[in-house]
Amino acid sequence: MTEIRPYGDASDDGLVQFSFTLPMAISERARQSALELTRRMGFERAQVVHMKAIGPDFTFFVMYGATTHSVDPDRVQVRERDFPLLAAPEVNRLIREGLKRRLVVVGACTGTDAHTVGLDAILSMKGFAGDKGLEYFAEMQVVNLGAQVTPAEIVATVRSTRADAVLISQVVTQRDAHILHLAEVREALAAAGERERLILVGGGPRFSPEQAAELGYDRIFGRGTKPSEVASYLAHAIATERLSA
Amino acid sequence: MTFQRPIGRLRIDHDTVAECRSLAEEISRPIEQLARDHTTSSLERACLRLVGVDGVEGSGTEAIPIPNRVVEEVDRSVGLERGVLLPFFHTVERGDRSVQETAERIARGEILVELPHGDAHDTALNRARAAATTAVERIASAATERELRIGEAGEAAKPWFYEIVATGNIHEDIPQARAAAREGCDIVAVIRSTGQSLLDYVPYGPTTEGFAGTFATQENFRLMRAALDSVGEELGRYIRLTNYASGLCMPEIATMAALERLDMMLNDCMYGIIFRDINMQRTFVDQHFSRMVHALAGIIINTGEDNYLTTANAIDSAHTVLASQFLNERLALVAGLTEEQMGLGHAFEIDPDAPDQIALEIAHAQLVRECFPNAPLKYMPPTKHMTGNIFQGFLYDGMFNLVGALTGQDIILLGMMTEGVHTPFLSDRDLALTNARYVFGGAATLAGEVRFEQGGDVERRAAQVLEECRQMLRKISEIGMFEAIEAGMFADTVRTRTGGRGLDGVVRKGMDYVNPIVDLLTERVGGTR
Repeated sequence: MTEIRPYGDASDDGLVQFSFTLPMAISERARQSALELTRRMGFERAQVVHMKAIGPDFTFFVMYGATTHSVDPDRVQVRERDFPLLAAPEVNRLIREGLKRRLVVVGACTGTDAHTVGLDAILSMKGFAGDKGLEYFAEMQVVNLGAQVTPAEIVATVRSTRADAVLISQVVTQRDAHILHLAEVREALAAAGERERLILVGGGPRFSPEQAAELGYDRIFGRGTKPSEVASYLAHAIATERLSA
Repeated sequence: MTFQRPIGRLRIDHDTVAECRSLAEEISRPIEQLARDHTTSSLERACLRLVGVDGVEGSGTEAIPIPNRVVEEVDRSVGLERGVLLPFFHTVERGDRSVQETAERIARGEILVELPHGDAHDTALNRARAAATTAVERIASAATERELRIGEAGEAAKPWFYEIVATGNIHEDIPQARAAAREGCDIVAVIRSTGQSLLDYVPYGPTTEGFAGTFATQENFRLMRAALDSVGEELGRYIRLTNYASGLCMPEIATMAALERLDMMLNDCMYGIIFRDINMQRTFVDQHFSRMVHALAGIIINTGEDNYLTTANAIDSAHTVLASQFLNERLALVAGLTEEQMGLGHAFEIDPDAPDQIALEIAHAQLVRECFPNAPLKYMPPTKHMTGNIFQGFLYDGMFNLVGALTGQDIILLGMMTEGVHTPFLSDRDLALTNARYVFGGAATLAGEVRFEQGGDVERRAAQVLEECRQMLRKISEIGMFEAIEAGMFADTVRTRTGGRGLDGVVRKGMDYVNPIVDLLTERVGGTR
């Protein structure tokens, strides 16, 4: 492919729609400031199509502008999913053949995060978006530790259940707490000598899959991940003998 | 626009509604008994706060509050079976020092707490009773002060638009809350830092760091209340303030809310048990006390039924919302809350791809309206099906507003098109208010004219949900409330009687348990027996 630009209503017009708030009172100066800002962002022919005061100290803008930048999709680095999406019977079969027993999965939300919505979406029978959770898979034994579980508790559970996989979820975060908390679990597992024999998976809406290496996790799942993707990944990891058990 | 609660629009079976109420009464009886027979560490700490014990040992959000230290010392020396007030005031009398100074000395381990005997017992009891009388007056004065303020600033027209701020920094929350009020928001809720519900102490002072929310502290309450009072005067409209009386410190937070004149508090009978794994006995005991405090302080409680629909299917589980509302209503009545103080919650969470979902949402919302005609219902916007497509999400929020307008919901938590993406931008809140003003302004009168076809889809759906609710309540009454929770009947979540956090703070009252604050609260707000 060649260089492309956003498509508004004609090829290569580069039109982008955007909105933001400036911390200043509504005025002609505010409008000109918004235009100047967008010029600096690399937009041409920018227009303010809507401008509204939010109280005496803020102004909200809706704008359009043509970007001066372009992209060649062939030269963009992408990490494609490197495992096939499998149906439940196939997941179960791979586990049965690979392990000769059920796969033990321990899941937890760690740190200050009390929101189990992501963890439950992946683990609970009910699942998420019409996709059944890991509890639904006959060959998986799921231990859902819930919210605010400490790394030490995770290590203890991993030992007592002889877990094969650990899933750590972080939903609500501020100031990169989600990254810190994932690192704490990895370090605790490493210190206990459990890290290497486990499949360690992290997930949550603020993560992207590219972060796996930096976090020292085998896989990171981001926003909108369905349980079947996680199940397929775990089965794939076992089939490819990530586990020696 | 003229607000009205459209009642009598659906032909629902009132005998079924009456049966649901009497089942809820039967189901909640063991909970009431449990609450009467027990106290908790947090309840006792709340009582210490009410008689004037304050402050912390150490600094930062992890500093240990003096009330925690005193309760620990009382527990260690004489146990909590008789309550803290009697041994505490005996210590005050013995040392002839102020309440706060005595508390600090106990906290430092400088005085050993003892139980009074003979004349000393009567002296301590009288002192405790006098302090309790003052404390309970302070709670009651929140209600009169609020009325006075509303009289001066003016009452907001219903429906009340409810918005959330959650920056983590109280000094950042305040300008955001003021901006929201100026754009038409009537109720500001300051979301708590995630995880506060599982802390067994209340952080102290103004706080500037939290995770996806701001710590509930008495000082933060005071700062926000003052800011909203001043913006309310400027706007000619009293702005209500909301926080969360839930988690392990529910009684203390309820108490702080009364002392700082908060107006609404999230307070659900089962939320902490189901969604935060807090021990059920702890929750029920703490809740009864909290609700008595709310009752006397004129605080409207908000219940959390919307949470059931964020995890379960909103069509299949619609009846669980209604069943929980009947239980919340009963457990509010027995703590002395009036119907006008029951902000029963429900939500617009049906999958937008489900056929006829708007008719179903109307059926559910109108059914709740018909079952609880005097309650200031709190209607929650879509969250589960907000996908990040903010444009479609803005439309969902508009349809939510329309259903809210047509069915006369009193408290509208405004939907954010960026729900699930990030904590709301200043502009998200403003756009949400624009959306709500448009729909409620355009559909207010229509609400008074809407009728549903007899035997039509809406009416049949409402009847079905009501019937499923009755079946669920019957089943719970057969096996018992505690057993129902243990069997996972709520949100498919199994919780055991001795599991979860906080059981260690639950204490069975001794024969000689003394708590003049609880006695006076019970006397003042009565509660339905």
